[in-house]
Amino acid sequence: MSNPAFETIKQEINSNPVVLFMKGTADFPSCGFSAKVVHILSDLGVSFKDVNILEDDGLRQGLKEFSNWPTFPQLYVKGELVGGCDIVREMFASGELAELMKKNNIACK
Amino acid sequence: MNVSEIENRLKEAFPDADIDVGALKNDGRHFYCKVSAKEFIGLSKVQQHQLIYKALGDYLQQDLHALALQTSAPSTP
Repeated sequence: MSNPAFETIKQEINSNPVVLFMKGTADFPSCGFSAKVVHILSDLGVSFKDVNILEDDGLRQGLKEFSNWPTFPQLYVKGELVGGCDIVREMFASGELAELMKKNNIACK
Repeated sequence: MNVSEIENRLKEAFPDADIDVGALKNDGRHFYCKVSAKEFIGLSKVQQHQLIYKALGDYLQQDLHALALQTSAPSTP
């Protein structure tokens, strides 16, 4: 039995090249870890779709199951989970994140 | 939840690993873990973190707010 939230999640990650499932919004993050990832993406000049998981508990629970990942934020690029705040931070510092964006033809600085 | 509970869970899952667990704040809800384990060899970062989450299991369903993770595979197996 598949979770009804999975359809919404697939729809989001397939129709937007970069999606950040986060606590709060890009303009008003409500958690420091989500805020950090927003900052990194802004620094890179990458445009992304923000999805506030605090507004939809079904989505919040469904996403944990979908990605086998219990925490937020979760960054998806071209439908693939890149990671949470720690991984994004490490990849940004090493230049891997910019490389990943370029490899996927996503505009970035 | 406290540091030694997390540490014990991780030691069970990764008996030979280098494990460092600590508190980010003294509220019992914010922690960090650094784990270097041979189980991580050949895995992506996402897969490495997923193994940690799996090992911690239901701890993450409790009122843990933040867990900063840093994982690595030992450079020489």
